[in-house]
Amino acid sequence: MEAKREVLRMENIVKVYSNGVMANKGINFSINAGEIHALSGENGAGKSTLMKIIFGEEQPTSGDIYINGQKTVITSPQLAIKLGIGMVHQHFMLVSSMTVAENVILGVEPTKGILINMKHAIKQVEEIAEKYNMNINPKMKVEDLTVGQKQKVEILKALFRGAKILILDEPTAVLTPQETTELFEELKRLRDSGYTIIFISHKLNEVKELCNRITIIRHGKSMGVYDVKTVTEQDISNLMVGRDVILNIEKSAPKIGKTTIRVSDLTIIGENGKHCINRLSFSLREGEILGIAGVEGNGQLELVEALTGLRKYNAGSIEICGKEISQCNVKDIRKLAVSHIPEDRMTTGAAPSLSITENMLSDKISSNSFSKHGIINKRAIKQYGIDMVKQYQILCKNPDVSIDSLSGGNIQKAVLARELSNNPKIIIADQPTRGVDVGATEFIHKRLINMRDNKKSVLLISSDLNEVLGLSDSIIVMHEGRIAAYFPDAAKITELQLGGYMLGIEKQSEEEIKEVRHGQ
Amino acid sequence: MDSNKRIRLIVDITKLIITILVSCGLVTLIVLVTSSDPVNAFSSFFLGPFTSVRRIGNIVEAASPLMFTALAVIMIFSAGQFSMISEGAFFIGTLGAMMIATSVPLPAGIHPIVAILVAGAMGAAVALIPAVLKMKWQVSEVVTSLMLNYVVQFFAIYMVSYHFREISSSSLASIEFKDTSILPVIIRGTRIHLGIVLGVILCIITYFLLYRTTFGMKLRTVGNNAKFAHYSGIKVTGIMVISQVIAGALAGMGGGAEILGMYNRFKWTTSPGYGWSGIVVALLARDNPLMVPLAALFMGYLNVGANIMARNSDVSSEVVQIIQGVMILMIAAEALLKKWKQKMIVKAAKSEAGMKGDVIND
Repeated sequence: MEAKREVLRMENIVKVYSNGVMANKGINFSINAGEIHALSGENGAGKSTLMKIIFGEEQPTSGDIYINGQKTVITSPQLAIKLGIGMVHQHFMLVSSMTVAENVILGVEPTKGILINMKHAIKQVEEIAEKYNMNINPKMKVEDLTVGQKQKVEILKALFRGAKILILDEPTAVLTPQETTELFEELKRLRDSGYTIIFISHKLNEVKELCNRITIIRHGKSMGVYDVKTVTEQDISNLMVGRDVILNIEKSAPKIGKTTIRVSDLTIIGENGKHCINRLSFSLREGEILGIAGVEGNGQLELVEALTGLRKYNAGSIEICGKEISQCNVKDIRKLAVSHIPEDRMTTGAAPSLSITENMLSDKISSNSFSKHGIINKRAIKQYGIDMVKQYQILCKNPDVSIDSLSGGNIQKAVLARELSNNPKIIIADQPTRGVDVGATEFIHKRLINMRDNKKSVLLISSDLNEVLGLSDSIIVMHEGRIAAYFPDAAKITELQLGGYMLGIEKQSEEEIKEVRHGQ
Repeated sequence: MDSNKRIRLIVDITKLIITILVSCGLVTLIVLVTSSDPVNAFSSFFLGPFTSVRRIGNIVEAASPLMFTALAVIMIFSAGQFSMISEGAFFIGTLGAMMIATSVPLPAGIHPIVAILVAGAMGAAVALIPAVLKMKWQVSEVVTSLMLNYVVQFFAIYMVSYHFREISSSSLASIEFKDTSILPVIIRGTRIHLGIVLGVILCIITYFLLYRTTFGMKLRTVGNNAKFAHYSGIKVTGIMVISQVIAGALAGMGGGAEILGMYNRFKWTTSPGYGWSGIVVALLARDNPLMVPLAALFMGYLNVGANIMARNSDVSSEVVQIIQGVMILMIAAEALLKKWKQKMIVKAAKSEAGMKGDVIND
């Protein structure tokens, strides 16, 4: 290690946000040239904040940054780019109506007089792509690319701007196993050519496979730097959470009951005239967790919206507990004891500046236990807030603080508290643990399994294959608005098999898929 | 976060004090530059309003209409809407009250009540237009309400000029209100009328509505995140429309109370602009209905001061418009005192985290 040159060192970084949240409490962080360095920690541990500070998006409250041994103040992302730091965000920052080359050169266009030298640009992009074996056509429009390809464009963008240090923020969260393998190849090649990569992830198997060293952060403090070879996944996980975590999801055999949701020949046509959902049929039964796997954008969102009354459908039918819901609004469907954990907790699942209690009450304020004749019962509401915070282990000073002062995992627990405290019959859980730390994930999984053991139906939509495989009793794979495969027993399949169906390489026969209707 | 709440309160109050001081400083500056007798102008502006019971009464009278329009603004803004209709709703309210006061014979006591209710109904009807346009066709309520304010203003003046005009008067004025319709004065020696009591009661009712009812909670949820409200099963568009209708009714009643309390004829040739000042008052009150009376009194004080100054010295009363503008700017300025606030937050966070050492900031 001594021989390695240190390219970046952060000393005693403290960051306090304007809402009083102390995200970093004196973190030391250092990386060497030519390594892939993992940064792991629960959500809300302060990883993203630390990276934003490196990239100049946030200023540290105190602490120093040294680049190549030189003390530097990174005032803006522009300066960070100049210093050779590149960032690939979790949410891509691309203009979808432009081509790959246009996106890559945006802001640093090679010019010929006052015109953009497009030919030169395309050639340059091609050269870089070829050099690192990234198979991508610079003339393609970004909107036509797959998620994995878009990510490549992001990496190209950073390289084109002369980045020597690449920060990747949970890059595999949106990828299929095949795409992940490809990404890892590319990253290793980049490392071997002298680039330095900071790899943010809490997927421990990936860290083990890809990275050289790991820095673990917990509650805004560094828990130390380790050589990845010398620590086990369990060690890392314990350091992240600070206690022993059960990585495997344990559950008993399902006790299947009556059908609760029956979807027949459902068709939804999107705004662009495309069939988002194309003659989809399946049924969900009591006491089972039915997982829906698939690359994002293959109709899962539309399906969830149709099931919860947020979207009308064009043809087919959805029956919930025997009632056809085409004429129902959100409230009617909620009355049928359907709970919905939405995909995006901040835009759909919470009102950011209202209190935690108010957020947990938004769907049931009119019920008799919280109000009479339209006037709210302050005492009952206060008690409910205190009870829920305790029961769902929401970390907060008190239930009256605004919900946006909480970390992602705790906001998700509040969403869960709202949705599961209604005594639902059906739970539609859309990416229930996305961006949620290990501890909270474990908690959420346990709750969902507990619901299923109490004869509830759970529909689980997740792009995390580990989660789908671990939690589900049976699995549907969706591809282009249709069911590509149905597996009655989730225990009998592997990630790799699922991947093939998710990418549309394989498809089951009609007979096999029909099984999902359970003879109806 | 208790420490956070405390810090926010301290910063808010300090900001308010600075805003007021800057406003006063600005008046001083303008007076010094323009007046040949600045001492007289100063004393007229700052002390003038307190020199007699009648003038103190004037402050309260000037505050009265602003309370109604500020409540309307709070109602609309809390639902996340940006309708500027409180201006038009107020003015149509004066028209409605005038029509009842001049043309419908009713017994005393009941007469002003009916007139104010009609004023509220007409305000609500006007506010409904941009709300429905938005609900049905997603037309921006900002644009429609601003335009509609002009339509309303000229419609009211048209009605007075062609249907209710006092023919013997050379300037535009309506026929005289019936005696039974006038709101009684409640403090002798002033013109403080019963309308102000109505205003204060409505402040309390609005607070109760927003913070103690299910409707209020739904309304605030819609205002904070409409998508989330929809997801929770709340009828979002309905709430948006109702909030604007209530706002229109509040402003309309304000118009009715103002004209029946302060005048015996409709004499405006242009809208007095209480709807706009209502926005300033709502901002000053930090969208809290219970703070509205105080904020309105402060605005009333400025207005009265400016009027006295205009009468006694060579500085015109338009100074108040400048002050209003500056106040909006300062209240809306997020960055004001931000560094100081951040310093306090860092300190609090550090002490909670048990960390020692000096605060190094920016």
